[in-house]
Amino acid sequence: MSSLRDLYQEVILDHNKSPRNFRVMDHPTRSVEGYNPLCGDHYTVFVCVEGNVIRDVSFQGAGCAISKASASVMSSLLKGKTTTEAEALFADFHKLVTGKLEGDDELERLGKLAAFSGVCEFPARVKCASLPWHTLHTALASPTETKVSTEE
Amino acid sequence: MITPIEPQVVQGTTGKPLVDLCRHHFPLLRQRVNGKPLVYFDNAATSQKPQIVIDTIMRYYMEENSNIHRGVHYLSERATQAYEEVRSKVQRFINAASDREIIFVRGTTEAVNLVAYSYGRTHVGPEDEVVISALEHHSNIVPWQILCQEKGAKLRVIPMNDDGELLLDEYEKMLNVRTKIVSLVHVSNALGTINPIKQMVALAHARGVPVMVDGAQAVPHMRVDVRDLDCDFYAFSSHKMFGPTGIGVLYGRESLLEAMPPYQGGGDMIKSVTFEKTIYNDLPHKFEAGTPSIASGMGLGAAVDYMNQINLDAVAAFEHDLLVYATEALSKIPRVHIVGRAKEKAAVLSFVIEGIHPHDIGTVLDLEGVAIRTGHHCAQPVMQRFGIPATARASFAFYNTKEEVDILVKGIEKVIEVLG
Repeated sequence: MSSLRDLYQEVILDHNKSPRNFRVMDHPTRSVEGYNPLCGDHYTVFVCVEGNVIRDVSFQGAGCAISKASASVMSSLLKGKTTTEAEALFADFHKLVTGKLEGDDELERLGKLAAFSGVCEFPARVKCASLPWHTLHTALASPTETKVSTEE
Repeated sequence: MITPIEPQVVQGTTGKPLVDLCRHHFPLLRQRVNGKPLVYFDNAATSQKPQIVIDTIMRYYMEENSNIHRGVHYLSERATQAYEEVRSKVQRFINAASDREIIFVRGTTEAVNLVAYSYGRTHVGPEDEVVISALEHHSNIVPWQILCQEKGAKLRVIPMNDDGELLLDEYEKMLNVRTKIVSLVHVSNALGTINPIKQMVALAHARGVPVMVDGAQAVPHMRVDVRDLDCDFYAFSSHKMFGPTGIGVLYGRESLLEAMPPYQGGGDMIKSVTFEKTIYNDLPHKFEAGTPSIASGMGLGAAVDYMNQINLDAVAAFEHDLLVYATEALSKIPRVHIVGRAKEKAAVLSFVIEGIHPHDIGTVLDLEGVAIRTGHHCAQPVMQRFGIPATARASFAFYNTKEEVDILVKGIEKVIEVLG
């Protein structure tokens, strides 16, 4: 049985209360809206990419603690990373929240993202955690898409 | 084996609270969830089932299973008779004039679609108007929207005030010669508002406009008399009134149903078929194409029997008491705001907590064993009206207790403590 603190770990509570990079970016190279129509989570993720390096990530919007903390942690981890590194991190994060991560090495590699390790025990909350990442992925991978929904 | 209901449950023979007599009829309520006793407060989504309903479905499959309205053999005749008896039970339950007015459908949603399709397509034309309300569930919005788009008609929406009550003056002004049908929710699933249906039907009838009522949230909680309401169509679902999923009821005034074209074509809804011409069956079968959910029908019959044995006025009074208790308790918690404060209200408590998303409320409460619904409750326009993306909703039934409300309150305090 999972406890409350397995899901709502300190890192998550902290980032929910004081989200990092919670601002509109003045000159993003891309911005994409992410929406979960089932629960109303709604964020815009802004990125500034130079070459293949992510110079800045920020976000705005509203939603549950899990989605907001996920967006905040994501934004604080990705600055200075290459887009390839970001995609690799997303792949690992996705494995983490869907309970497909193998071994502690992988968990260690995730650093602060490991705070979301409890999410996989709550199937209804997986979409909350992954919405910001899906939105970011769309920003990086699809030059024309401006919206992404969990229900499409 | 069918478990009989103890004689003292039958109305008027005891002074004991209903819950003490009835709760043990619901086996699912005995379980623990996340290590805690289950507190089931998601009754507006679906109710739990008494043993008698579960046993009836099992007995049907063990002893009666066969297709209905077809066979000459013993089992088919027995099942047909039992299924048609359910129709008569439902007729008496809502006081319809005839069992020809009781159409079995999959649920309230299908009933609305049936009326929008069959009555709507024959009566609504370009520039005509269909009236619904701001309180509607998506199932009483989308079928009419589809109809209006197809016909070039206009969908008009009765607005509500900040307490979640419809503005009857606005409604009255909205009715005109172009109004072809009004379709209204009896009890709002999102806010609990009980609409003054009888009065609203009279206003529409004064202008010759028929009224459909979505009674999904009303039938489980109060006595419904379709002839007293004088509505033209009334829809409800078995699974919200302690019966199984897969079946629901459309009541329709016989003269209207008689004139309406079929909704779906197939077996059972015909008298004779040639490639040149089909003669449709009589009411109610004209609207019942294909083999229905027979076992669910039997279960619905048991649910109606069950509800007939408990005093529905006592149910309404008990649930109201629970609602008042819960409303007072939640109002005392700082940062908790109740959404929907209609004077006439069923046992539905929608609330938000400042700074905390309903989804997080739902997860924390679930870990305390408390099942509530969070989200838009399939009523996004209601959420838009209040400028919120979602609410947390506790909805009660007569098997819930004040002790369970206390557990909910403690759970909400924990939500605030954890997510601050």
